[in-house]
Amino acid sequence: MARYDSVLGFIGNTPLVDVSGLSDNPRVTILAKLEGQNPGGSVKDRVALSMVEEAEKNGDLQPGQTILESSSGNTGIGLALVAMVKGYPIKIVLPENVSVERKQLLEVWGAEIISTPGGEGSNGAMRHAKELAAEHPEYWFPFQYGNAANPKAHYEGTGPEIWRDAPEVTHFVAGLGTSGTLIGVGTFLKEQNPDLQIWAIEPPLGEMVDGLKNFDEGFVPPVFVDGGGYDLLNRKKAIGIRESLEYTRRLRDLGVFAGISSGAVAAGAAKCAAEIDGGTIVIVIADGGWKYLSTGAWTDDLAEVEERAKGIIYF
Amino acid sequence: MPVDVRLPTVLRQYAGGQATVKANGETIREVFEDLVLQFPQLGGQVVTEDGALHKFVNVYVDDDDIRFLDKLDTKVTGSETISILPAVAGG
Repeated sequence: MARYDSVLGFIGNTPLVDVSGLSDNPRVTILAKLEGQNPGGSVKDRVALSMVEEAEKNGDLQPGQTILESSSGNTGIGLALVAMVKGYPIKIVLPENVSVERKQLLEVWGAEIISTPGGEGSNGAMRHAKELAAEHPEYWFPFQYGNAANPKAHYEGTGPEIWRDAPEVTHFVAGLGTSGTLIGVGTFLKEQNPDLQIWAIEPPLGEMVDGLKNFDEGFVPPVFVDGGGYDLLNRKKAIGIRESLEYTRRLRDLGVFAGISSGAVAAGAAKCAAEIDGGTIVIVIADGGWKYLSTGAWTDDLAEVEERAKGIIYF
Repeated sequence: MPVDVRLPTVLRQYAGGQATVKANGETIREVFEDLVLQFPQLGGQVVTEDGALHKFVNVYVDDDDIRFLDKLDTKVTGSETISILPAVAGG
């Protein structure tokens, strides 16, 4: 179907594209699910729509009510798009060190941006949003890190789409942010095939954690803990900035214009492919490269981009 | 052979400001015990008093999170780099 009542109608059902060229292993197929094809430009459109519609259904979100959420970018952009179409005012608490395009897109969709210190990263933005939500009970605060509608969007959408398009999948590799994608898709796929392996990729943290005063300011999302993440995941890898950028370019060489955190996921998939004898790896490309053009990731000297990239949040 | 241990900003104050230190051990637990002998102020920071990994700390052997290997019993040979990072979220 190609006719919709609004752009919200074509959230999801994203294409799965062969990117086996990421690996030298001839017995491995790598398939990339291009979530940048969503109308708001990222996988988070699914989560935004799911959280809003769940809250509309159960009465937590009333017509005209203000939405408040913390985000490092994509969830905020997805929510602001949904809010624009459905007529809700929206405020997004955003770390100040995200790429300029993320701020611009939030402005495009009419969100009011509340900035928090970059060194505190997403954790600091989340703490501030929690305080604001407590001061303003009149706002609806979806809290993506603990909202069951987040993994549900992937359990009911992304996961079944992958199973429909690639039932031969042996490994699922995705980035870890709220863990909604990994928990939702991972749970669904393991129900279909308990032997399936789930790999989480932690994108580069750069300098975004330098402002944390101690480990008690760290955070593990309730979505991960409640979703049984410690048992569900088979591996978790941290990928550095340099490698993320290199694989963002390798995706580009295959015709896939992806964001930098997806470069980390592609690097993780290549490592997975190198370890296994054979199989089919499905990866999630969380967003397209549009929001990162200002970083020069595809065109500038790699060492310079790497240095610049250390101070910016990508996921 | 000692392994390199990369400390996050939040821990460097307890190790004379160093970003990378060396420590000995055949498992991650032994490496951390050696670290605490060298830098007593690191005690209780990464491994809590009851012997478990702090819940908001992630430890990596090269790029693998030890929670999904053998946790603190994960073996090291000396050629690896151990990284300690605070747990953070994105989205």
